Amino acid sequence: MTTKKTLDRRSFLRVTALAGGGVAFGLIGKDAFAQGRGGRGGGGRGGAGGGGFGGPAAPPKVENYIKITPDGKFTIMAKNPEVGQGVRTMLPMLIAEELDVDWKDVVIEQTDVDPSKYAGQIAGGSTATPQNWIPMRQVGAGARLMLRQAAAQMWNKPESEITTRSGKVYHEPSKQSAPYSQLASKLESMTPPSAEEIEKNFKDPKDYKIIGKSTVNCDIKAIIAGKPLFTIDQEIPGMKFAVYQKGPVFGSKVKTWNEAEIKKMPGIVDAFVVVKDQPNTPFIGYREEGKPADAGDLQEGIAIVADSWWYAQSARKKLQATWDEGPRATPEHSSTAYAAKAVEISKGEPHSTTRKDGDPDAALKGAAHTVEAAYAYPFISHADLEPQNCTANFKDGKCEIWSSSQIPTGAFGLIASNTGIEQSNITAHMIRGGGGFGRRLYNDYAVEAAMISKMSGHPVKLVWAREDDLANDYYRPGGFHFLKGGVDASGKVTAWADHFVTYGAPKSMPLQTSSAANIGPTEFPQPFIENYALYTSAQPVAIRTGSLRAPTSNALAFVVQSFIDELAHAAGKDPVQFRIDLLAQTKPEPPARGGRGGFGFGNAFNASRMTGVTKLVAQMSDWNNRKKSLPKGTGLGMAFHFSHSGYFAEVAEVKVEANKKIKVNKVWVAADIGRQIINPSMANNEAQGAVIDGISAMMFQEITLNNGRVQQSNFNNYKLIRMAQAVPEVEVQYLTSDNNPTGLGEPAMPPILPAVANAIFSATGDRVRSLPLKNSGYDFA
Amino acid sequence: MAYTLTVNGKKSTVDVPADMPLLWVLRDVLKMHGTKFGCGIGQCRACTVHVDGKAQPSCQLQISAVGNKAITTIEGLSADGTHPVQRAWEQVDVPQCGYCQAGQMMAASALLAAKPKPTDADIDQAMSYNLCRCGTYIRIRQAIHLAASMGRNGAAHTTGSAAQ
Ligand code: FES
Ligand code: FES
Repeated sequence: MTTKKTLDRRSFLRVTALAGGGVAFGLIGKDAFAQGRGGRGGGGRGGAGGGGFGGPAAPPKVENYIKITPDGKFTIMAKNPEVGQGVRTMLPMLIAEELDVDWKDVVIEQTDVDPSKYAGQIAGGSTATPQNWIPMRQVGAGARLMLRQAAAQMWNKPESEITTRSGKVYHEPSKQSAPYSQLASKLESMTPPSAEEIEKNFKDPKDYKIIGKSTVNCDIKAIIAGKPLFTIDQEIPGMKFAVYQKGPVFGSKVKTWNEAEIKKMPGIVDAFVVVKDQPNTPFIGYREEGKPADAGDLQEGIAIVADSWWYAQSARKKLQATWDEGPRATPEHSSTAYAAKAVEISKGEPHSTTRKDGDPDAALKGAAHTVEAAYAYPFISHADLEPQNCTANFKDGKCEIWSSSQIPTGAFGLIASNTGIEQSNITAHMIRGGGGFGRRLYNDYAVEAAMISKMSGHPVKLVWAREDDLANDYYRPGGFHFLKGGVDASGKVTAWADHFVTYGAPKSMPLQTSSAANIGPTEFPQPFIENYALYTSAQPVAIRTGSLRAPTSNALAFVVQSFIDELAHAAGKDPVQFRIDLLAQTKPEPPARGGRGGFGFGNAFNASRMTGVTKLVAQMSDWNNRKKSLPKGTGLGMAFHFSHSGYFAEVAEVKVEANKKIKVNKVWVAADIGRQIINPSMANNEAQGAVIDGISAMMFQEITLNNGRVQQSNFNNYKLIRMAQAVPEVEVQYLTSDNNPTGLGEPAMPPILPAVANAIFSATGDRVRSLPLKNSGYDFA
Repeated sequence: MAYTLTVNGKKSTVDVPADMPLLWVLRDVLKMHGTKFGCGIGQCRACTVHVDGKAQPSCQLQISAVGNKAITTIEGLSADGTHPVQRAWEQVDVPQCGYCQAGQMMAASALLAAKPKPTDADIDQAMSYNLCRCGTYIRIRQAIHLAASMGRNGAAHTTGSAAQ
């Protein structure tokens, strides 16, 4: 492949001749993605503990996204990590649509990690759609435009008469046509069009043949045939297998261990201690100055390297180690103590005032109805079904890794600082991951694998046992909310005060909370309530916290939308109408309704979009009639939430039997994520999955601590929902609005928890204010 | 110790400890990576294979207990991806991450072999051993019903089919 001359400076499309015929179209990452992000800002990224989003800015290095080859195939590059969110299929769909080729002729290739070529190689924040919607279509449309121009020249016809279809150019009046590949040699000498010219040539959405059509997962054939596809399936020559035993409390250091005995066990190649030689501060999720946030960290532990994973794991079972468990192995680092401490904190002065509008105390005194309630939710674990693992080959001062990191560049700094090589000597391959949910935004498994490879002198595949995975997560932080709300005689919410007690450094100024454990000052319902206060306090925590699917929102929606329900019932109003009325409330001097709404990416909460989905879900579920016609013991609950630029309103119908056994009969989901659903099959799959995930989390999931130790170990005591327990029907509808499309994987999840809790209330009068439900005696029927 | 086992109709001899689970023999010794590891304690069933036609978690079956039972893995469900369950999984576009799906398909094909027209209750019963972290249960159920309607039931393909 030879790169073509430097082209017009306006242009950001690059054309390259391919050896053996054919042509490649590339984008310059930086310019292209500046376009794609236009108006979106990227604000609010820091807010929710987003795992070092953004990464290094991309210098202008060309990368090809499309290769047109003489065999009639179109190779399209997928540049983002795939962890089950469908992006490896979705990004190429955008290119193929504008290129105007048939999906059956598309071959998808996964790129490697290269921040100098690609922007936004991350799977986080539901960002793939908003960040790539424009640039991916630009590369396809730019290529198509050039192919039309080349055909016009070849046939000596006006460009306006040249059309395209299924990978061919046509001049209908003269009945001429040619496959794209035939024009390849002509393109080299042409000047690529500017972004503006390309956008003028974007297809009219009514002509879409791929975008908006359900497109099957591009890896389906490999999945159904059991072909090696996932990170854990990676094999490299000479590879050994490793396990890595860390101490019982985060920050533990090895005191003694039976090294000689372990090394003598069958199949063992090597065993050694990997010493963590850096200070222990960042592991609870604080950001240190100058460090990328939450890229992960290296914990001290004992590595066992063997000829097969089973040998390593068997040897580990014979491990006799003593640990210096450090300062966190104390009774105050126990879940019961955290809960008691939170109540104690709630009775004192808050550590900080995150937001105060008007006079909530006075407004509460004057309210016709007031409600006071304390809400709580636990730490939870990501529990990706594929346990964390990574294959690494550290050799001659270079390190190559294969991982399913959601932010693979995040591993570079960690590996460089711990192994002592330059980042430029690290190569990372992106392999399909068996679930992400935010866990793979942290690269601790990658630095462990790199260190074990370096120290043992072998390429290694490090595979965590499930027990490692559950005990060494960056957990969704638990939290406590002490709420007071007031409603006037007309049903207007006049006061709202929330004292949020979370985890972090209580004495820090400004208050520093543990990762993904903070709420922004303009989070809903702040923009709508005249007398509003959000106070935040923190207590120290012994474990790392981090982003889990819809960080912050996944817990906050449960609290806010349950409490709104309480206010609605106190006021004697229908919960749906009460919400619609709340969305119509205004403040005397409305402050900017900017805000994050979870990871809002700078997008403001838009009341009319939320009202739209609320009305849609009421209509879909036939709310007004259904709520009256349900049998005793069955209830309807509704909730909405805005996060990651997406508006979701959900209704759940829940049957509660006398012994607190519940069955979620049906869920309705109404979503506004812009004007276009790119791949409806995947969108529906993920929306349904988000609902099922949320119900799973609220019923069972809880990580508890005792003297700093995580008490759950495997799926026998950290349960996930199963087939017979899952809601059998989830109806999803999209309200199309004139906004660029945004993501779905995360914002679909938060509303289901309060929708189910509100349904339980409507069925039984029992208001659940603490998760998981099992702790209040609930179980699935 | 040397053990001879029959996987997808093909005999192999492996030299491994008696307590090595079949899962790790498949993955690390025979280098067949379709069968997945999720928990190692029989809770997730990502590791499901057929043992004499019955769905079993391979992490719970020590190599010394395999004997001459016929083992079928996802790689042997059909020679060409055309088992009704595979076709249905593709048509319904079941997977999200896909990691659990080999186990789901092995459980589903064993169910269909035993009950060619399973009811929802049959599906709840047979499929509730298998976890799907991504929550694809609605589509799994849909795909099983679709596979059941495809005529050729899974029976002929539950053991040793790769050799056919
Ligand atoms: S790995 Fe065998 S049941 Fe989970
Ligand atoms: S598809 Fe991801 S675990 Fe089932």
